[in-house]
Amino acid sequence: MHPPETNAIAALATAIGRGERAALAEALNLLDDRRTSARDQAAILLSHLQHAGDSTKGQLIGITGPPGAGKSTLSAALITVWRQRQLRVGVLAVDPSSPISGGALLGDRLRLQTSAEDDGVFVRSLASRGQFGGLSAEVWPMSLVMLAAFDIVLIETVGVGQREVDISRMCDTTCYVAQPGSGDSVQFLKAGILEVPHILVVNKADMGAVARRTLNELDAALHREHPDGRWQVPVLATSATNHSGIEALADVMAQHYNALKSQDQLAARRRSYQAYWIHKRLHEEFGSFGIEQLGGEHALLAQLQTQDLNLLEHYEALRQGLYHRRVGNSA
Amino acid sequence: MSQETVKRDPPWLMRTYSGHSSARASNELYRTNLSRGQTGLSVAFDLPTQTGYDSDHPLARGEVGKVGVPINHIGDMEALFDQIPLGQMNTSMTINATAPWLLALYVVVAERQGVDPAQLQGTTQNDVLKEYLSRGTYIFPPAPSVRMTTDLIAYTVEQLPKWNPTNICSYHLQEAGATPTQELAYALCTAIAILDAVQASGQIPPERFADVVGRISFFVNAGIRFVEETCKLRAFGRMWDALVQQRYAVQNPKQRLFRYGVQVNSLGLTESQPENNVQRIVLEMLAVTLSKSARARAIQLPAWNEALGLPRPWDQQWALRMQQVLALETDLLEYGDLLDGSPVVEAKVQELIAGAEAEMARVEAHGGMVACIENGYVKRELVQSHTRRLRNIESGALHIVGVNCYQETAESPLTAGSESGIMQVDAQAEREQIAALQAFRAKRQRSAVDAALAQLHAAATSGSNIMPSSIACARAGVTTGEWSEALRQVFGEYRAPTGVDASPSGLGDSAALLAVRERVRRTGEELGRPLRLLIGKPGLDGHSNGAEQIAVKGRDAGFEIVYEGIRLTPARIARAAQEEGAHLIGLSVLSGSHMELVEDIFQELKKIGAADIPLVIGGIIPEEDARRLQDSGVKAVFTPKDVDMNAIMDAMVTIIRQANTLESST
Repeated sequence: MHPPETNAIAALATAIGRGERAALAEALNLLDDRRTSARDQAAILLSHLQHAGDSTKGQLIGITGPPGAGKSTLSAALITVWRQRQLRVGVLAVDPSSPISGGALLGDRLRLQTSAEDDGVFVRSLASRGQFGGLSAEVWPMSLVMLAAFDIVLIETVGVGQREVDISRMCDTTCYVAQPGSGDSVQFLKAGILEVPHILVVNKADMGAVARRTLNELDAALHREHPDGRWQVPVLATSATNHSGIEALADVMAQHYNALKSQDQLAARRRSYQAYWIHKRLHEEFGSFGIEQLGGEHALLAQLQTQDLNLLEHYEALRQGLYHRRVGNSA
Repeated sequence: MSQETVKRDPPWLMRTYSGHSSARASNELYRTNLSRGQTGLSVAFDLPTQTGYDSDHPLARGEVGKVGVPINHIGDMEALFDQIPLGQMNTSMTINATAPWLLALYVVVAERQGVDPAQLQGTTQNDVLKEYLSRGTYIFPPAPSVRMTTDLIAYTVEQLPKWNPTNICSYHLQEAGATPTQELAYALCTAIAILDAVQASGQIPPERFADVVGRISFFVNAGIRFVEETCKLRAFGRMWDALVQQRYAVQNPKQRLFRYGVQVNSLGLTESQPENNVQRIVLEMLAVTLSKSARARAIQLPAWNEALGLPRPWDQQWALRMQQVLALETDLLEYGDLLDGSPVVEAKVQELIAGAEAEMARVEAHGGMVACIENGYVKRELVQSHTRRLRNIESGALHIVGVNCYQETAESPLTAGSESGIMQVDAQAEREQIAALQAFRAKRQRSAVDAALAQLHAAATSGSNIMPSSIACARAGVTTGEWSEALRQVFGEYRAPTGVDASPSGLGDSAALLAVRERVRRTGEELGRPLRLLIGKPGLDGHSNGAEQIAVKGRDAGFEIVYEGIRLTPARIARAAQEEGAHLIGLSVLSGSHMELVEDIFQELKKIGAADIPLVIGGIIPEEDARRLQDSGVKAVFTPKDVDMNAIMDAMVTIIRQANTLESST
């Protein structure tokens, strides 16, 4: 890497820290870019941001749930509340892309419900591009960039099943939005298909009896103690249409974040997201065989979690190692 | 055969949908049209008036007086009907979200002319539900919209008994891609939703409910398949009669009549060889007149050159003359129903009814029309039908003369003139309208305005009928923007589903599409990430069919599409393009305000440091404007002439390649 380019990336990192939108957009484009030169630059950018920043800065919130549950309107209502509380919000909205054409339809959801002139909100859509169990592989690195610029980073994704698992392994706080009147959520929860979220929400409380029934069913199905310990999972009713319950939801999200901080869990959790991401990407590229070469899943995850690592640099190093081993074997 | 002994049916009402520039200019046009034999008026309002903004609102820039007349207050409405006695006129107003307001203004003009409102005849379109599916001039969420629709209906049934309070529109559904079956089903489901709401509002005593049903009328489309269209209208009549008898127990057959007005199809009018549109319009008119038992009550015909730009008075006169020739010269009106007893027609009617009933059952099963609009079901069905139609045009399965066959043509003398055969709206009109509005505001009594608005706010909040306080607002000099803003505060604003799915349409996987898809993929690889296209619909124009179809095609071609729906400000589009990392911005504008909107978007892009994102535009854009747009930096201009959407996609890839120096621009 030539020094002038390195300087440019350092300047970019500084601009992101100041919350400059053009810089943020440029950085997100860079993280999305798969060309080798771009991957190198992205690694440098992340190392700048990780060095400059506090690794517990910002709150990473995931919102997920089945289509039609009202996640987008709920997210928009939350953003309004956060903005009233002077919090700056970055959003990553993940939509499925077509396995056939590779095309996708994005963004038909959130931005319009927020103000065009508000510099405190930034929305980026992502296509899942068929990878990573429905969550785009770029989500975690992009979250890191957004955490450098915003108080809250919201990841919104559609789906039931595998995708919740992914989102819960990349977010500080996972919020599952259930569809009133559909028993699916309860069934998934009971069957263990649904990873237990930190917060359960029944949106569309304006639907009345149907919503109340779903709320009661979830309440009954749920073990209040979250598996990761020291957190009682609340079940909340909201109505984005009537703007009721939104403030309470924002409060609970803040409580969860404060609990993580006061229990000193945040830094360790973020290392675990990072470890999970590196492991998963390597697994996608090299399969179980590749992971075995690195000592197996358990050892790899343990090793990755022990220290603050530069995400992309470390990932690239492991990747290159595997490539050379492969080349070495076949030669 | 001696003319005087033959008994002829009276002709239908003949209108021309018109209005432009200012109330004064439109009034002159109306009086000319009436003197030429037009028998009713059909008022076109501009987009700010339809979406509840005053002419000086930032969102109104470039839109004032473009697609219709701007009406800001009672002074404008009085000028619009100057020297036109409302007691003898039959006026149709294409107005929906702001229908209670425009009707209030009309009532006050009548008062000032000394006309008893009970004598007023005419129609307010007042069908907001279809605005969520097509056309897009809604403001409020569905629930308060339905409530205002029912308020207007309940008010007129009591106070303006000759008024048609709502025109349930299947017209725009066809423009959005509906098949005849879908048109039947969705229009009737809409009527059910509205009538049920009126019933539930309790504003009309049960014994008078048949009077409400008797005032419901429809606004229908007629496409070029005129045999099927005639059958569709016979099916409509039969289904409506049965429906209101069964569901609302209407006994009087007169109150069960399917009364409808027509504008024939604009979707099928072509920009290529536009003179052929004359034949199309005449044949489509046959569809709604041929069968006496299913004949239109009122007809307005589009002008032959609508796909080119705004029609001139002479073009509108030509459209009127088509009606007059059919009604006055031919022998059509001398006979009873020509189609009764035809087994072919009967079989087709039965087929349409069966299909429509099945679709109505599906809507019912999904929770009724309002739920199906909110959850996007109906919109998705329409987008799919429209996609199918366009793929058939692309593949040549559907013939359109002069477009996908017989394209060679001699030069047309009709479009050769200095003004290219369309009307140019006076650029001064917007400025003059704004100056007049500001002078009006300065003259009125502020305390009276505030009191009237407080009354409106109270009615909106308490749920009492919105009409009396709206009429009080009209008298007090409230403006269109103030009336709407008061209600926006109570009801909030709404954004309808776009109906564009993430899954590929599976239609038209032709060699051409596969080739484009490969080029999209390869270019994405060269640029490091998948190609991203931001589709923007700036301004107040809500005709989103074109934008939706580009979104569907783009997705099928492998683009990542960011499409956020209608009525976006230039600032919002520019910021979205930057935040989303778009490789290209595609704008869709049909209202004629493309020059101003493009200028604004370029400025916004520059302001945020994103001026390097290339921009293309599609819409009804006259050639002269297209040249000017390209000179200003727009990379390509697409018009209705460009029917090959794969070619459009390919051109967009080329533009992205050139902007990123993968190819040199030649």
